[in-house]
Amino acid sequence: MEDIIEGTAYVLGDDIDTDQIIPAEHLVYSLSDPEEKKNYGKYALSGVPSAGAGLPDGGKSFVADGKFESDHKIIIGGKNFGCGSSREHAPACLKIAGIKAVVAESYARIFYRNSVDGGFFIPFETPASLIGTIRTGDRLVIDVAKGELTHHSGGDSKVWQLKPLGDVSEIIRAGDIFAYARKAGLIPSA
Amino acid sequence: MGMTLTEKILADHSDQATVSPGDNIWIDVDVLMTHDVCGPGTIGIFKEQFGADFKVWNKEKVVIIPDHYIFTSDVHANRNIDILRAFAKEQSLPYYYDVGTKDYKGVCHIALAQEGHNRPGEVLFGTDSHTCTSGAFGMFATGIGNTDAAFIMGTGKLWVKVPESMRFEFTGEFPPYIMAKDIILQVIGDIGVAGATYRAMEWAGDAIMNFSMEERMTLCNMAIEAGGKNALIPADEKTVEYVKQRTDKPFKIHHADADAKYCFNKVYNASEMEPVVAKPHSPDNKAKVTEVAGTKIDRAYIGSCTGGKFTDFLAAARILKGKKVAVDTFIVPATMEVEKDLYEKRWDGETLMDIFKNAGASIGESSCAACLGGPKDTFGRTHGTEVVISTTNRNFPGRMGSKQSEVYLASPYTAAASAITGKITDPREFIN
Repeated sequence: MEDIIEGTAYVLGDDIDTDQIIPAEHLVYSLSDPEEKKNYGKYALSGVPSAGAGLPDGGKSFVADGKFESDHKIIIGGKNFGCGSSREHAPACLKIAGIKAVVAESYARIFYRNSVDGGFFIPFETPASLIGTIRTGDRLVIDVAKGELTHHSGGDSKVWQLKPLGDVSEIIRAGDIFAYARKAGLIPSA
Repeated sequence: MGMTLTEKILADHSDQATVSPGDNIWIDVDVLMTHDVCGPGTIGIFKEQFGADFKVWNKEKVVIIPDHYIFTSDVHANRNIDILRAFAKEQSLPYYYDVGTKDYKGVCHIALAQEGHNRPGEVLFGTDSHTCTSGAFGMFATGIGNTDAAFIMGTGKLWVKVPESMRFEFTGEFPPYIMAKDIILQVIGDIGVAGATYRAMEWAGDAIMNFSMEERMTLCNMAIEAGGKNALIPADEKTVEYVKQRTDKPFKIHHADADAKYCFNKVYNASEMEPVVAKPHSPDNKAKVTEVAGTKIDRAYIGSCTGGKFTDFLAAARILKGKKVAVDTFIVPATMEVEKDLYEKRWDGETLMDIFKNAGASIGESSCAACLGGPKDTFGRTHGTEVVISTTNRNFPGRMGSKQSEVYLASPYTAAASAITGKITDPREFIN
């Protein structure tokens, strides 16, 4: 787990479902094959309708045509992020595209759990909506231990306090559910 | 303090006598189900974490049901079936329902029920969000991702946070034109797409218990569309009869305690329910059919785990019998057993299959098909700006294939009535 996560923001709205995160037609690629799985980066967030892609203006592709990784490292979302399917391809594709953290007001349960247990990125919750404040492309810095998000815009910067990671912080700190279970002696060490 | 049905089942599978909402506990798993979309990823993690030669924790408890991308020329999709087949062989799994053989079933949630894998009191995890369907059998069932599934495959255990429970009671009797689909769309519309997040949805009341097992499955199937962790209907004689016809395995019936604590309680008068739809692009975008009646449609789709069971087709056949459809109408039986019934069972002297064919509908092969879009050559998939009325479960942008298409979710009665007129139509126009 990184102590400091730094990069530009990609801003989305409420109820971003797993079909928008990774449309079902792309769920055929191997997640084990290092070359084939790059396709998940290519198609990450390709199902988001144009008007909502990269707020506030929209019309901004998360991953540029012909690329497999996004220029952005942090996603800002609204309520009920990741609703819908249990497909782990959803958090996986964001990681493959280079995402290190998602900061949303709330999450759908399975997506949140998959993000943590699979160790894809840190799903932070924010007590205040950041959608109207942070613009796609703004520079952000997250201090993971302090749970602080610093938003740089123009010459100004503002610090937002994120919610504590709570019950799942030990799994996040270990890396994923397997690392956690090994550390806790629940399964034998590999 | 008493326990809800969800708490009872979770406690019974943990090392604790009682559990409360918010507790993080480890539980023993009775059944792990996976399919062709998430199975290969699960197997990949399982082998990476436990080693190439490791055996699953209990081969009797791993059920693999390919169902999503079956009838396609997509090479990656077909490669994924090969991965499942090789794994089932290597692990000697008795419950692998292979494509292209007489063992093939179709949509996993319905096949789980029909093949006797749903048993009251048990804990079932599946790599599919609609695994909550199995809650209709008085069991704890929920969807998980590949990593959690791989963990279960190796250990037979998983951690869960005990959810709070919500209780939805329907008293009295539903009108004859109301189906379980209307009820779940009504409730999701009332509480919203995140209204049950992290929670169990427990159903109660005479009207609910009068539903058939298939209708109960429809009700539990869409709990995830309200964000629910699981759905539950207590097992009764109907459940026992259905299960005993399909398995000899023992099971245990739990009941909620009289003093169980619910975080939400709502009582509906069943007789006041009306046919409803979910408008594009969210399952909680509820409208009474009367409010959207006349909306032009291009297509009707009847299928999936939600709306492709025998009961769903019987409802559609009652309306389509002797009529012609005005728009492209796609019929996709969820499983081979449902398909067999369409050929053999009759309504008013005619087999259901003949009713659909004579009405001008197209019949697809048992699978998830266009419910979730899928590969470009998927039966019934949208490719343009189609307006669809569908008995499926989700209408997010692009869900049935094209981002430009619009999907109205509805009951089989409403979908069939609309297919005849080419616009959204109240089924009461066709049901006396």
